[in-house]
Amino acid sequence: MEKIYSNYQEQTGFNKVCPKTINFLLSYSQALYEFEYEDLSFETFLN
Amino acid sequence: MDLPNLKPLKKVTRMKLQIEDSELVRDYISGNESALEVLINRHNQRITSFIYSKVLDRDITEDIFQDTFIKVIKTLKKGKYSEEGKFLPWVMRISHNLIIDHFRRNKRMPMFEGSDEFNIFSVIGDDKLNAEKQLIKNQIDTDLRQLVEELPDDQKEVLLMRIYKDMSFKEISENTGVSINTALGRMRYALINLRKIIDKNNIVLTN
Repeated sequence: MEKIYSNYQEQTGFNKVCPKTINFLLSYSQALYEFEYEDLSFETFLN
Repeated sequence: MDLPNLKPLKKVTRMKLQIEDSELVRDYISGNESALEVLINRHNQRITSFIYSKVLDRDITEDIFQDTFIKVIKTLKKGKYSEEGKFLPWVMRISHNLIIDHFRRNKRMPMFEGSDEFNIFSVIGDDKLNAEKQLIKNQIDTDLRQLVEELPDDQKEVLLMRIYKDMSFKEISENTGVSINTALGRMRYALINLRKIIDKNNIVLTN
């Protein structure tokens, strides 16, 4: 019973997001550039 | 020969196996992008499991996870994060708020999932005209105004009041000083004459 229960858990759980999502976040982070000028905050994306 | 006075080796009691979150956050803020990768991979499982346990949908979990880290990245890059040694609880709090936002949004706009046999968009649609239909409608309106100009003045007057000013025939009769029946008759002739002009010139007025 215990074994069946743990198998069931494995099938229905979702433990990690896919590498594509992580790669997107890393690319997003690399491209995002935040800066401030005279009390104004700007956000831009650099290639 | 005397041996040099060597200090006894210190026993390492606690080995630091991994860099602390706070140190990685500091590294990331100072420009080390790879620190973010370590942070994401380190907490991927806990955050993903937490989100999935609430929303029970893989795609939505991916979306909320992504939005969570977008907020994290923005906050860190803006320098608005205050380090209190609580990186993971902070990230969990962000994802928790996004989960609440997700449910609120879904309550306001329940999502309908269609099937192969039935597509909801075949029943309902956006009542706004698309760009092409709007252009055609504008063209028809312009053509129609030109046709109305061809009508005799008394018929044109009644038609404009009725169609464009949305006046009742009682109001039209009061404004033009004719009886309601005369106004009705002028409207009728206006429409007959418009149809004649349209037929004569083979004009197509459909959208």
